Amino acid sequence: MKNGFMTRRTLLSTSGALLVTGALGLFTPAVAKGLAPTPSMRGGSNNYRPGAPIVDRIGGGGFWMTGTVRRAGDGSPLAGQRIQVWAHTTEGHERDPESHGATLTDANGNYRIEMPQIVPAFGQPHGHLAYDSGEFKTVFLRPVMRNARETTLNADFVLQPA
Amino acid sequence: MDRQGHSAPRNALIWVALGAAAFVPLIAAALSPLLAWREPIYIASGFAGIIALVLLMMQPLLVAGYIPGLAALRGRRIHRVVGAVLVLSVLLHVGGLWITSPPDVVDVLLFRSPTPFSIWGVVAMWAVFAAALLATFRNRLKLPLPLWRVAHTALAVVIVTGAVVHTLLIEGTMEPISKVVLCVIVSLVSAKVFLSRRSWAAYFRN
Repeated sequence: MKNGFMTRRTLLSTSGALLVTGALGLFTPAVAKGLAPTPSMRGGSNNYRPGAPIVDRIGGGGFWMTGTVRRAGDGSPLAGQRIQVWAHTTEGHERDPESHGATLTDANGNYRIEMPQIVPAFGQPHGHLAYDSGEFKTVFLRPVMRNARETTLNADFVLQPA
Repeated sequence: MDRQGHSAPRNALIWVALGAAAFVPLIAAALSPLLAWREPIYIASGFAGIIALVLLMMQPLLVAGYIPGLAALRGRRIHRVVGAVLVLSVLLHVGGLWITSPPDVVDVLLFRSPTPFSIWGVVAMWAVFAAALLATFRNRLKLPLPLWRVAHTALAVVIVTGAVVHTLLIEGTMEPISKVVLCVIVSLVSAKVFLSRRSWAAYFRN
């Protein structure tokens, strides 16, 4: 005969599922706290020049470096953060001062800076970025373009307090 | 007919093929658009790398006496000269890159570079130096010949593997098709000499 409300099997499986959810729940605060800070990439700081000026664009432009800057943990966007950019481009080597420039993130934590086309150098078409303003821990990135013909490159920062 | 009993057209064909294998990749690289955005020292270091790969193709052929007119003892003598030029090319390659971007080359030499191809390159570089030292001090080392040959051949295997993988992974001035063809030729002639001459085999007999 069937119990209209609940069989023993559903009782056991439901309570079991609740138990598992509860047990997992113990770990959820770590996930919610969540967004891990971006680690610096190997070689990211190579040919870095501290204090690159904030510019409308680097050189003649034609290529866009884009990305977001967020706070570790809650992932909230960080406005007004200074991101420095440099690369080997059609207009100069990584070491050349004129290959370096900086921009600030907008209210939504987005940044976007125009620069000359990145060309392959030292075996890969790649860019360099730095957050190095002190309020958060310094991060150096070295993203690689999937294809040297692309005209944009994205690099996202998740920063943790210094 | 030459002293080995090979016909003149065959010998001429081998020289033409060798010339093409050597110069087509060099000419193709000379036409690379990337050169427009590089300084002379960076361009020179790139070409030193390509020349090193071309010399690497010659080495097994010379030591095995496969090149018409350069058989036996003459081939071995030129193998030594080419080996010295190969060391010089590698030094110019790495030195030129160092001048172009010191931190990148320091990372490579310390095995902490983000680019995998550089690891293969630096391993091949040390193997080139070791093989050259082994050759330079061959008499003074007084190693039994079979042991010397095993060591030199083992280093040659590391050099060819390292150099070929290094080259294939790089997005640089070499034109992609001629690059792959040269890498295949280097690998095939090395494998052919390794398997046919068996200079290493005496060590494992007994």
